[in-house]
Amino acid sequence: MLKKRIIPCLDIKNGRTVKGINFLNIRDAGDPVELAKNYAEQGADELVFLDITATIEKRKTLISLVEKIAAEINIPFTVGGGISSVKQAYDLLHAGADKITINSAAVKNPKLIEELSSRFGNQCVVVAIDTNFIHNDWFVFIHGGKKETIYKTLDWAKEIEKRGGGEILLTTMTQDGTKRGFEIDITKSVSNEVNIPVIASGGAGKLEHFPDVFLNGKADAALAASIFHFNEISIPNLKNYLREQNIPIR
Amino acid sequence: MIAIIDYGAGNIRSVSNALQRMGTDCILTADAEKIRSAEKVIFPGVGEASYAMENLKRKKLDTLIPTLTQPFLGICLGMQLMCKETEEGSTKGLGIFNSEVKKFQVDLKVPHMGWNNHKKCQSKIFNGIDPNHDFYFVHSYYAEPCEHCIATSEYGITFSTAMQKDNFWAVQFHPEKSGKIGEQLLKNFLEL
Repeated sequence: MLKKRIIPCLDIKNGRTVKGINFLNIRDAGDPVELAKNYAEQGADELVFLDITATIEKRKTLISLVEKIAAEINIPFTVGGGISSVKQAYDLLHAGADKITINSAAVKNPKLIEELSSRFGNQCVVVAIDTNFIHNDWFVFIHGGKKETIYKTLDWAKEIEKRGGGEILLTTMTQDGTKRGFEIDITKSVSNEVNIPVIASGGAGKLEHFPDVFLNGKADAALAASIFHFNEISIPNLKNYLREQNIPIR
Repeated sequence: MIAIIDYGAGNIRSVSNALQRMGTDCILTADAEKIRSAEKVIFPGVGEASYAMENLKRKKLDTLIPTLTQPFLGICLGMQLMCKETEEGSTKGLGIFNSEVKKFQVDLKVPHMGWNNHKKCQSKIFNGIDPNHDFYFVHSYYAEPCEHCIATSEYGITFSTAMQKDNFWAVQFHPEKSGKIGEQLLKNFLEL
């Protein structure tokens, strides 16, 4: 049986992890490679690295970091942040990323999704959606959630699938950072609407939030950052809890 | 020396990275002589079948591979190309395994992406691996079980997750991305 995936997300700036980490047994808490290895050993199913600098000058730092991560960790990982061309995606995949994730660039130029999936296969094209509830509906936001667009989230999700996106990373801005739990309704709607996997993101704060997003939100995977980084929930504990709830888990 | 066949398929460095982590030397090559003289051969692959098969033909690897006699391991698309034919791009395969590769037509999400377990027969490459252990899969096409199938997995239907015929072994999942369990399988292969 296919398992539900638990995915820690690491924000990277200038080749270092940004958020504070309080893992024990880590020599250098700011080193993404050390942290990634630690998560992999604890049972993370995949990892996501988001480069929040993503300026052209810093690209080379990111490429060499991706090479190091690929050499060290034995689970799949996705890299994103400011990717807007096939060339940029190629460089990251060639450096060893298993998947890349695009966000604003896909909204501005939806053809990019087709270009990437026909070049590299849809399995490595993750399209991220930042969604917020305004005008009594869920709309897509870009530029890190700062700019509203005319796209309704469900329409955009269908468009992503049609154009060859392999996976959707759905972050709900109403929940992100609140630790109140994942937003179930829009996650469920998107997951039911498309026939590609949906990774739910935003709002994880307690163990109970995870079975909720898998069972009620129909998510295929759940992503979280701070609860793992600050060790509020450990991955082994989370997985044991999910097993007790009869959620299929590795 | 272990030869990893480099025929332009995606992300083959993940296999060489995995071997290097295990302290095993390997070369990425499309050179027939280097492949023929290697102690063992790994045939990885991510990508589209007809494009990959064209690349194999251009490098004349389509005629070389079936004549190899050392332990040989196909991974993911590599395994599918070792079958008779695949629906993906209506592509004729290498014909090592008597299986046809079809697109998933199931009431589940495609690609089949993530960690899944398997049912196995007795096989050396699964030594020390329990059927409850999960491997990482990413694929939209599957090989039908046939007489060469040594393990199956379930995703709406039962598909062939590992195959063997003589010195040819193949797995649908990515051992190089499957954590410690994947490393165990690679280790078993290296010790054949």
